Amino acid sequence: MKGLLKIKNLHASIDGKEILKGIDLEVNAGEIHAIMGPNGAGKSTLSAVLTGRECFEVTEGEVWFEGKNLLELPAEDRAREGIFLSFQYPVEIPGVSTVNFLKTAVNEQRKYRGLPPYPASEFLKMIREKMELVSIDSRLLNRSLNEGFSGGEKKKNEIFQMAVLEPKLAILDETDSGLDIDALRIVASGVNKLKRPDNSTIVITHYQRLLDYIVPDVVHVLYDGRIVKTAGKELVAELEKHGYDWIKEEVNSAK
Amino acid sequence: MAKEQDDILNEVTEGEYKYGFVSDVETEMIGKGLNESVIRLISQKKEEPEWLLEFRLKAYRHWLTMKMPTWAKLEIPPINYQDIVYYAAPKQEAKKSWDEVDPELKATFDKLGIPLDEQKVLSGVAVDAVMDSVSVKTTFKETLAERGVIFCSFSEAVKTHPDLIKRYLGSVVPYSDNFFAALNSAVFSDGSFVYIPKGVRCPMELSTYFRINAANTGQFERTLIVAEEESYVSYLEGCTAPQRDENQLHAAIVEIVIEKNAEVKYSTVQNWYPGDKNGKGGIYNFVTKRGICKGENAKLIWAQVETGSAITWKYPSTILKGDGSVSEFYSVAVTNNYQQADTGTKMIHIGNNTRSRIVSKGISAGFSSNSYRGKVKVVKSCQGARNFSQCDSLLLGDKCGAHTFPYLEVANPTAQVEHEATTSKIGEDQIFYCNQRGISTEDAIGLIIKGYAGDVINKMPMEFAVEAQKLLQISLAGSVG
Amino acid sequence: MERLEKINNDFATLFREGQQLLREDCGDVMNRCREEAFGRFMALGGVPYKTEDYLYADTLPVFDRDYKVVLKHIKQGVDLNELFKCHVPNLETDLLLTINGWFVRENVVPEMPEGVIICSLAEASVKYKEIFEQHYNQYTHPADTDGLVALNTAFAQDGVFVYVPDNVVMERPLQVVNLMRANADLMSFQRNMVILGRNAKATILVCDHTLSDDAFLSNNATEIVVGENSAFEYYHVQNQHIEASQINSVFVSQKRDSRYDANVISLYGGFIRNNLFAALTEEGCECNLYGMYLSDKKQQVDNFTFIDHIAPRCTSNQHFKGVLDDAALANFAGRIVVRPDAQKTEAYQANNNLLLTDTAQVNTKPQLVIDADDVKCSHGATVGQIDEEAMFYLRTRGIGEAEARLMMMFGFAHEIVGRVKLEPLRAEIDDLVDKRLRGELTKCHNCVMHCKK
Repeated sequence: MKGLLKIKNLHASIDGKEILKGIDLEVNAGEIHAIMGPNGAGKSTLSAVLTGRECFEVTEGEVWFEGKNLLELPAEDRAREGIFLSFQYPVEIPGVSTVNFLKTAVNEQRKYRGLPPYPASEFLKMIREKMELVSIDSRLLNRSLNEGFSGGEKKKNEIFQMAVLEPKLAILDETDSGLDIDALRIVASGVNKLKRPDNSTIVITHYQRLLDYIVPDVVHVLYDGRIVKTAGKELVAELEKHGYDWIKEEVNSAK
Repeated sequence: MAKEQDDILNEVTEGEYKYGFVSDVETEMIGKGLNESVIRLISQKKEEPEWLLEFRLKAYRHWLTMKMPTWAKLEIPPINYQDIVYYAAPKQEAKKSWDEVDPELKATFDKLGIPLDEQKVLSGVAVDAVMDSVSVKTTFKETLAERGVIFCSFSEAVKTHPDLIKRYLGSVVPYSDNFFAALNSAVFSDGSFVYIPKGVRCPMELSTYFRINAANTGQFERTLIVAEEESYVSYLEGCTAPQRDENQLHAAIVEIVIEKNAEVKYSTVQNWYPGDKNGKGGIYNFVTKRGICKGENAKLIWAQVETGSAITWKYPSTILKGDGSVSEFYSVAVTNNYQQADTGTKMIHIGNNTRSRIVSKGISAGFSSNSYRGKVKVVKSCQGARNFSQCDSLLLGDKCGAHTFPYLEVANPTAQVEHEATTSKIGEDQIFYCNQRGISTEDAIGLIIKGYAGDVINKMPMEFAVEAQKLLQISLAGSVG
Repeated sequence: MERLEKINNDFATLFREGQQLLREDCGDVMNRCREEAFGRFMALGGVPYKTEDYLYADTLPVFDRDYKVVLKHIKQGVDLNELFKCHVPNLETDLLLTINGWFVRENVVPEMPEGVIICSLAEASVKYKEIFEQHYNQYTHPADTDGLVALNTAFAQDGVFVYVPDNVVMERPLQVVNLMRANADLMSFQRNMVILGRNAKATILVCDHTLSDDAFLSNNATEIVVGENSAFEYYHVQNQHIEASQINSVFVSQKRDSRYDANVISLYGGFIRNNLFAALTEEGCECNLYGMYLSDKKQQVDNFTFIDHIAPRCTSNQHFKGVLDDAALANFAGRIVVRPDAQKTEAYQANNNLLLTDTAQVNTKPQLVIDADDVKCSHGATVGQIDEEAMFYLRTRGIGEAEARLMMMFGFAHEIVGRVKLEPLRAEIDDLVDKRLRGELTKCHNCVMHCKK
C-alpha cells in the first residue's frame, strides 16, 4: 500500500501569522519518517494541523490520508481514521481515570468502524498486555489521567495509549523531551515493538538521541515552515555534527 | 529567636509618625456644622457658578436620606457630622508669585519633601499641593500648557474650563453613589483637575500632595482626570496630616475618564496620620475612586501603598466599558497598632475581551485589622472577559487580623475569573535561611517584606517607589512575630 | 417590599394561631425556644432578602407561594417503603424514613448496640429530656442573624434523633430518606439531632426525594455533636423536583480530636440553600466539607459555609464544585474564621465553577477572617469553561466532542464524589452524576414516581 499520507503545499497560520509555508510530504505504509529542525521551524504546528487543532487555520494546500480529505474531518474522526498523536505535553485531566478514558476512546473508535464495544472482560486483559509492552505501572490505570504523573510516566502513558489504539499513523511530537535515558529506551522499544508493515510513524524531534533507537527511513529538515532537505538516515548524524546553521545558510543564500 | 522577633516588633510598632507636625499658617475657617447655608457659603467663597451650587445642594439633600454603610469590617465610632469644619484655607493673598507665598507654607511642603519650587524639583514631576481645603500651588503649569495639558486646582478649573467640569463632574461617581460620595459632592473644597488632549503623552509625572493642617477640619477634595484618545498620563497622589488626638475626616472622590487607546496610571502613597500606638487620633479615610475605560483598549492602572489613616475605607474601581480595555490594581496595605483598613477594588467587565488583574498584599501588625474586599463582575453581555486576582495577607504578630472578602459575579460563560488568596506569617525557615547566610533577623524580615510588597512597589513611578519603600520600612521596619 | 411583608405577616398569623398544635407533642425544651426564635425572625426582618448572607439567593419567589403547613403528624395511607425504594447496590444501610418533615412512626428502628437511641425528635424531647436539653438549640448561634434558622426553631416539631454513646461504633451507615408527598403545596420544618459521645463512630446518608409534583419548601435544621476522638461522616444527596425548595442548615460542634467529613451532592431541586456550619471548639479537630452541584433549567443552588476555628491545631478543608447549564444560578459563600487563640490552624477552601451557557450565572464569595498569625490559610475560586486543551487531547484519541465534554464534566465532578469514603455509595453517586449529565435523570432512577413538571 502506497501513499498513506499525502501533504501538498500545506500552509497554516495562527492569529494571522503564517507558520507553515508550503509543506509537501508523502508517507507510505511501513515507513518511519523523521522530521527535524531548529526551534520555531513549525514542527509542532505541523503535528497540530495534521491532528485537527482548531486554533490553526489552514490557508492553502491539501492533506490526504488513505484517500480521504483529512482537513475536512474533525479531530476525533482523524483519530478514528487511525492517526495518533503522542503529545509533547500530555494534558492532565483530573477526575477522569486512565482506564475509563481508554475504554471510552477504544469503544468510540470501534463504533466509528462499525464494531461492537470491546467486551469488558477482554478489555482489561488487552490493557494489561499492552501495559507490559511499555513497562507501565498498573496502578496508573486507576489514577486520574496524567495527573501527578512524572514526565517519564506521561510519555510512557502516551505510548501505552498508542499500543491500545493501534493507529495506522503515529506522530511522535518531541516524545524524547524530558526523558532520562532509561525512559527513552523503554519508550523507543515500545514504539519498535508496535511497528508493523502496514503502519507508519512520523518522529518529530530536535535531537538525534531518539533516532538512535527508532531508526528512520527518511529524514526531513523543517525550517521556516518548509521542508528544506530530505535525505536518508545518514542526515541525522550530519545534523548532530554540524547543527542546523549550515542548512539555514543554504536556504537563505538560495533566496 | 521568638523573643528577638518580639523585640523587633515592639521597636517598630513604637516607631513614630514623622509627618505629625503642625504648621503655623494663618488659616481662614468657617464655623463647625453642616447645613444648606454652609454649602452656600462654601460655594460663595469659591465664587462658583449657580449650576455647581445646585449640584452641591442636590447632593446634600440626597446625603440626608442616606445612612453610613456598615458592611465593611470596620469598627467606626459614631461621627458627629455637625462637629466638623467643612472649609479651612491657609490665608494668602491671591495671585502672588511663588516668592511671596507664606514662608511657613513653603516650609511645610519642604519639610514633607514636596518640591513646590520649580528650581528645586525632581525633574519630570509637576505638583499640585493642597492644604486643608484649597490648592496652594501647582508647579509646571506653563510647561504643561504648551502641550495642551491642563493641570490645575479644581476650583481654578471650574473658572477656566467650566464646560469640561460640567461635562465630567459626577459622570463616573454620581453624587448618589454612596454616603461619603454624597457628602463629598455637597462640601468638596478643592482638588486637582487633569486634562490630557488627544494623542498627547504627558511629558512629566503629575502629582497632587494633600495635607490636612488645621484642627477639627474635614478634608473633602475631588480629583478629576480626563484622558482623551491615544493619550497617556501617570498621576500620583500623596497625603499626610499632623498628629492630633482627635480623629479627622477625609472623604475624597477621584473620577477618571479614559477614552480609546488612552492609558492612565494612578498611584497613591497614602500616609495620613494613623493615630498613636494606643489608637488615639488619626484620620478616617473614606474615599471613592473610580475610573471608566470608556473607549476601546483604554487602560487604567491603580497602584497604591496604604500605610496611614486610623480607618481606611477605599475601593479604587474600574468600569471596563470599552472593548478590549484593561485594568490592573496593585495594592500594599499596611496596618499597625490599632489601625483598621477595609480596602480593595472593583472590576466591572462590560466590554468584550476586557481584562483585569488584581494583586493585593496586606500586612497587619500590632492590634490592627486589615481586610481586602474586592468585586469582580462580568455582565451577561460581556464576552471573553478575563480576571485574575491574587490577594495575600501577611500577619506580623498574634493580635492582628487579616481578612479577605472577594465577590465574584459571573454571568457570561466565556469569562475566566480566578481568585487566589493566602494568609500566613513569615516562615521561620525563611528567616533561618537568611540567618544562615549571615543576614540578621531584622534585615531578613525587612528583606522578606520588601520582596512580598515588591510586585506592587515596582508598579509605582520610580521616584515614588523609593518613597513608598521607605514608608513601608517606617510603618513596619522589620516587625514580625 | 409588600410581598415580603405579607409573607412575614402570614408567618406571624400561623405562629399565633398554631401555638397549641405546635406545642402539643413536643417537650418543654423545644417549646421554650419558640417564642424567642420567632421574635428574632421578625426582628431580623423576616425572610432574608438581599441581605449580605443571602445576597444572591432569590428567596422571594421561593416563599411567595400559598404553602400549607402540617402541624400534626398524619399517618400515611400507604406503605412508604413500598412506594419508595432507594437502593444503593452493595451498600447495606439501616433505613429511616421521614415524610414532610415528620419521622415516620412505622419506621422499624434497626437493632443497635447498647445505648444507641434512634427515634423521632418529638419523642426524644419528652423521653430523653436530659440529653435533649443539653444539646437542643445549643449550636445554632453562629446563625443568629439568619432568620430562616430562627424560623425553623420556632416551627420545628419533629425529625430524626440519633444518639450514639461513648465507645460505640455503628458499623452500618444509617440512611435517612426525607420524602415529600402531598396533594397541595407544602412547607415543612424538620429538625434533626445527632449526638456522638466520645470514641464513637457513625455515618449517616441523607437522601431527599419528592413523591408528588406539588411545590415544596423544606426549611430544615440539623444539629450535630461530634464528641472527643469521634468520627462522623455525613453524606447528603439532594434530588428533588424543580418545584421543590429546600433550606438545609447543618450545625456541627466538634470536640477534641474529632473528625467530621461531609459531602453534599446537589443533583436536582428548584432552590437549594445549604447552610453548613462547623465549630471546631477544641484542639485537634479535622473538618472536611465537600459539595458538588449540577444545575440546569432555572435551578438555584446556594452553598453557604462557615468554619469557625475556635481552638488551636485544627484543620479544615472545603471544596465545592459546580456545573451550571441553561439558566441555572449558583452561589457560593464560604467563610473561614480563625479566632485569636486558634494558632497552628490550617484552613483551605476552594470553589470551582463551570459555566456552560450564556444564561447560567455564578456568584462566589470565598472569605477569610483571620485573627491569629501562626496559621496557614488559603482560598481560591474560579469560574470558567471546559479546558479546550484537554478537549483536544480527548478528541485526538477518537472521543467525540459531546462525549469528551461529558467526560470532562464527569471528571470535574468526580473530584468531589471521589471524596465519598463508602465505596458503593461513591459508585452510585458517580453513576447518578453520569446519568444526570447525560440528561437521563430528573429523579433518582429507582424512584417509581414520574413527575409531570
